[in-house]
Amino acid sequence: MTKLAIILLSAVFINNYVLAKFLGICPFLGVSKNLKSAVGMSAAVIFVMLMATAATWPIQMYLLNPHNLGYLQTIVFILVIAALVQLVEIVLKRYMPALHQSLGVYLPLITTNCAVLGVTILNIDEGYTFWEAMVNSLGSGLGFMLAMVMFSGVRSTMEGSDIPESFKGLPITLVAAAITSLSFMGFGGVIENLFS
Amino acid sequence: MLEAILTAVIPVVLLGILCGAGLVIASKLMAVKEDERYPKIRECLPGANCGACGFAGCDGYAKALCENPDTPVNLCVPGADTVVQQLSKLLGVESAAAEKKTAVVHCSGDCSHTQDKVDYHGLESCKAAKLLYGGKGSCTYGCLGFGDCQKVCPQNAICLVNGVAKINPVLCVGCGLCTRTCPNRLISLIPVRETAVVLCSNKDKGALVRKICTAGCIGCKKCERSCPQGAVKVVDNLAVIDYNKCEDCPDAGICAKGCPTGAIQPVRGAFQ
Repeated sequence: MTKLAIILLSAVFINNYVLAKFLGICPFLGVSKNLKSAVGMSAAVIFVMLMATAATWPIQMYLLNPHNLGYLQTIVFILVIAALVQLVEIVLKRYMPALHQSLGVYLPLITTNCAVLGVTILNIDEGYTFWEAMVNSLGSGLGFMLAMVMFSGVRSTMEGSDIPESFKGLPITLVAAAITSLSFMGFGGVIENLFS
Repeated sequence: MLEAILTAVIPVVLLGILCGAGLVIASKLMAVKEDERYPKIRECLPGANCGACGFAGCDGYAKALCENPDTPVNLCVPGADTVVQQLSKLLGVESAAAEKKTAVVHCSGDCSHTQDKVDYHGLESCKAAKLLYGGKGSCTYGCLGFGDCQKVCPQNAICLVNGVAKINPVLCVGCGLCTRTCPNRLISLIPVRETAVVLCSNKDKGALVRKICTAGCIGCKKCERSCPQGAVKVVDNLAVIDYNKCEDCPDAGICAKGCPTGAIQPVRGAFQ
């Protein structure tokens, strides 16, 4: 149980996918303009990360590893995740139109998102069991959401401030992202001591 | 060598075929029935997403038209007659003509007619200025002059001339976004035809209006008496024109001719 808690918390804070591992920067910069789309995107990411882990972990363990095909990991995972996301979209459209409308635009965007692929591959590399892998995915998704929500707050504050002409737009966004990321570095080493 | 390649290629290809087949089956099984008229209806609508029809954008209106046969087809203001005709043809209902409307700012208190009462150095927005003693101008009913309506207009039909918003009737599609934006509710939609408009919204007594604005309505009722249709009424010291009674005025614009301050103006040429 303690191990699961450590995995969850370190995935959210220390190994935050966006701010510490620098994966999934594209949606982080693209969809963080306002809180609503940031939350929508993050919810979709959490959902897809869990689904992808649930699908890829068994594939790696029961299909690739026994036949010594571990080196096909990346291509197989991309294939499976892409198909899975499309499938989920079809199912959602049929049975949960309301959820499909709120996640709709973001789901196809995530199909080949590096954060999702990164989670599934790192789950294998870390040697997690199935449930550890699932908890790690959940934590990573929550960490993504935390980063998105925080950054959308930063960006909406920036909108009203007087920014030098040459910094307007992407430059100041990148600077702000760097500072936000720096603040997350402060979490390093916290979790290990929390449970000892 | 070949074996090594095959052991890599075959599983991936198989997996790909499996995924593809799964998706095909899923999309066939779970296909959502979409009204076949929907894309056609959506095509007809102008796509300005102005919301004048009362639905959430053109998509919302198209959906309502598909699902509820009682939805009127003449709600699209920017599309006007062409859209109404196309829609009624598609849906097989009698067409009710959409009356083309245009927005009018009911204020003519520009720099040459009225003065500022304070030197305002705040947010450049009508909404903000209104909060501070009803704006910078001496008339609290008039145009605030920061162009909130200009910012919201999807057609760029509004410009500020001498501190008063003016609407270009050629560009205006009558979506009514500006009418909801103006904090003083100065803008209204009027039917496009030969008629007259009251360019003042001040409800103060005539003597007070005279002091602050030379183009304001003083409530003298001259227009009320001159109107052959009984369409003009002075309510709360302000002339109001009922355009339903205006329809076939034998002497269009007579109310404007007699107005001593020029608060009523004829509209011709520009609307055609």
